[in-house]
Amino acid sequence: KVHLYFSVFVADLLVYIPAVILYCFSLKETSTKKKASICALCILLYPGLILIDHGHFQYPLSLGFALWGVLYLSYDWDLLGSVAFCLALNYKQMELYHSLPFFCYLLGKCFKKGLKGKGLVLLTKIAGTVVVSFAVCWLPFCTDMEQIMQVLRRLFPIDRGLFEACMFSSPPPHLANIWCSLSVLIKIKNIVSPQTQLKLSFAVTFLSLLPTCIKLTVQPSLRGFKFALVSCALSFFLFSFQVHEKSILLASVPVCLIINEIPFMATWFLLVSTFSMLPLLLKDGLLLPYAVTMLAFLSVCVASFSIFEKTSAEDLQLKPFSLSLKGYVSWFKSFPKIVRSLFLLSVTLMGILSVLSAAVHPPQRLPDLFPVSVSIISCLHFLLFLVYFNVVILWDSKNSRNQKKIS
Amino acid sequence: WFRALALGVSFLKCLLIPAYYSTDFEVHRNWLAITHNLPLSQWYYEATSEWTLDYPPFFAWFEYALSHVAKYFDPKMLVIENLNYTSRATIFFQRFSVIFTDILFIYAVRECCRCVNGKRAAKDILEKPTFILAVLLLWNFGLLIVDHIHFQYNGFLFGLMLLSVARLCQKRYLEGALLFAVLLHFKHIYIYVAPAYGIYLLRSYCFTANNADGSLKWRSFSFLHVTLLGLIVCLVSALSLGPFIVLGQLPQVISRLFPFKRGLCHAYWAPNFWALYNAVDKALTIFGLKCNFLDPTKIPKASMTGGLVQEFQHTVLPSVTPLATLICSFISILPSVFCLWFKPQGPRGFLQCLVLCALSSFMFGWHVHEKAILLAILPLSLLSVQRAKDAGIYLILTTTGHFSLFPLLFTPPELPIKILLMLLFTVYSFSSLKSLFRRERPLLTWLETIYLLQLVPLEIFCEIVFPLTPWKRHFPFVPLLLTSVYCALGVTYAWLKLYISVLTERISVRQKVE
Repeated sequence: KVHLYFSVFVADLLVYIPAVILYCFSLKETSTKKKASICALCILLYPGLILIDHGHFQYPLSLGFALWGVLYLSYDWDLLGSVAFCLALNYKQMELYHSLPFFCYLLGKCFKKGLKGKGLVLLTKIAGTVVVSFAVCWLPFCTDMEQIMQVLRRLFPIDRGLFEACMFSSPPPHLANIWCSLSVLIKIKNIVSPQTQLKLSFAVTFLSLLPTCIKLTVQPSLRGFKFALVSCALSFFLFSFQVHEKSILLASVPVCLIINEIPFMATWFLLVSTFSMLPLLLKDGLLLPYAVTMLAFLSVCVASFSIFEKTSAEDLQLKPFSLSLKGYVSWFKSFPKIVRSLFLLSVTLMGILSVLSAAVHPPQRLPDLFPVSVSIISCLHFLLFLVYFNVVILWDSKNSRNQKKIS
Repeated sequence: WFRALALGVSFLKCLLIPAYYSTDFEVHRNWLAITHNLPLSQWYYEATSEWTLDYPPFFAWFEYALSHVAKYFDPKMLVIENLNYTSRATIFFQRFSVIFTDILFIYAVRECCRCVNGKRAAKDILEKPTFILAVLLLWNFGLLIVDHIHFQYNGFLFGLMLLSVARLCQKRYLEGALLFAVLLHFKHIYIYVAPAYGIYLLRSYCFTANNADGSLKWRSFSFLHVTLLGLIVCLVSALSLGPFIVLGQLPQVISRLFPFKRGLCHAYWAPNFWALYNAVDKALTIFGLKCNFLDPTKIPKASMTGGLVQEFQHTVLPSVTPLATLICSFISILPSVFCLWFKPQGPRGFLQCLVLCALSSFMFGWHVHEKAILLAILPLSLLSVQRAKDAGIYLILTTTGHFSLFPLLFTPPELPIKILLMLLFTVYSFSSLKSLFRRERPLLTWLETIYLLQLVPLEIFCEIVFPLTPWKRHFPFVPLLLTSVYCALGVTYAWLKLYISVLTERISVRQKVE
């Protein structure tokens, strides 16, 4: 047992931690070494990943490779980035959540370079790299078609029988997913058939992804790419049909990457994401590490980024949005205070609910009271965050960045 | 930043709550039960459990106070017959009580940091001597693993000691004396450093003035100060031992506090002089057997490394009695005490004498526990951030001292923890002290560096290679023997170096004055 946990630690050390450190040192905003190391410390202290990897037990390799992919792309080494991401994808198919932003960003870059000439060359190079990496990973299984089909069947269980079994059972109520939260109020499966449910979830996911992806293809920028990673993963998490609680990590790790730009919202999001996994952590007996790491993370972020001062509209990257809304709404004067009090309210709520879940027994009639409340609250938070991230991406235009450069 | 350090280390201690705990956990649970249930007259007579009360009365009162809080966590832990009772609430309560009482240690560290002024004002916070001292004390690896994993209450005791040192540095002599007297009645191991306190207080407080050349002015003897000091000591002793004297139990208390029936060395030899003595004895035995100088039938079967705590005889070299160790310790303390008397250099001289007393008693004491090395390491931290020479000695003593604590945690899950924490602390201490004193000569000679680097292969051998070899069954004590002998070399070297530096410093100062 000790050996297994130690191997997780070694994998962490070899793949994830160097990626984080190199990423922090490569950011343009963290000019000094000290700021970069503080940023790295905050990211590495993210409770969700620590608890799930080392407590619940999973290997951080897929996220690590995806992080390497982002790192390479930030240096404009597109081919290496694609290779890294293919490795991540072949390690865990959950990384498909991130595939759309990668695809749209690289496609957008190719389009920018012009479809004839450099762009086309880049496109073919990237496509070739992807095909080759996939081939290398799948080589042992490529002996015959039947093997490949078996692997695919295991990865994406859409066999008729399994599929309908999943469909007929209602989704578990303790997932911070839209369908699970809605299923508390209305039994969807009584209204629509399973097939329609699947199509509905597919449609909603696709619709929520569309604006971001289009924007990213048309205006590929590294910043937009990182935000797109977050919003796509979050959309997939919220609107997919079969999703695991741990999938929120796929949205949290990109948020860690932008912790430098929006420290306040990032800290808030990361706290909520760890909180949403509380039922899972309680089942694993990880209450004490959960409490300690959450408190440590909060204090480190408060101390290093002084997040309570950075709650104005400009700091939250909402300036362009607020400019376009100024005509309509006039309460932006007290915006920072409102945001701050909302944050404190939500943190208090999370704290109270954590204590209740751990210490108090739920009433007999509602045995799932605490997990359900945790998931509903997290779901509401995540919806708000989704809206926020989409707003930031869609209203982020080159003009605003030029304005920043001038001022 | 101080709050950040204190909070961070407290979080780390909270995370260590589910870690391995040793029999000391049961010891303290037993004492909670004894003090809670029995009347005062029975405290030092109770012997249901093998872990009888062997700390002075103040500690017993402390356990009594804790037991009143304990009953809200789990009343069953307070039943004396519940030997080895370990519910989750018990573990949580006891661990949390250690973390909570460490608040006193944190306060003491803060006071000590105030006494330390760096010679150069550094712009960067990370290079300030106060910051480095705070980290070296708060995040001290030895204290962390002994207190929060192995389970003891050393944190607040060392807090008391550091606080009394700080008070003496701030020239608040009476408070310092009071704190030390109280400390002595919490844990009598601090009697090792009592000579330093006694001589320093006598010299600097009772004789209130010095002559022009720094020597003693006999006329400035102040009866008032002496009586005040005496009053404090007597008051504290009366408070602690009074009830037992009235009940006529003093001999029983003394016999419990100083159990000389235990052998010269613990089951695991503390890295002091007697470890080297034992090793030489063993080597000579084997050599003598091989060369047929000795008769195999005359050698007793039970070897000192059998793992039991008993009295043993040495085979080749003369056996060591408690009296011999007392005489050796006394002789080794004398030079430093004389230095303190004849040429006190204020608080720094006092600290040097304190460290030397602690180290000398560690080297020659009877049944010394390896945890006692912390008694020397923590005060030495205060000296190490002020002078380069002391920093070099500190690095050697700390690394070997902490390494010698490794056998205390022998369970597999604790192996990564102890190695990582040790690496963290060692790397930090080396890099910070090196950068603090970078304008002076290098802190360690190449020989010392090689010695310290050899600790890594030794550790790999002891933990990884040895259990896989066939020798494990026949000679299970070999890793312990190697660790303690190797560290004993380092500790002895640090002790000698510190002594020589203190003595030569005094001589050079005297020559300068003359």
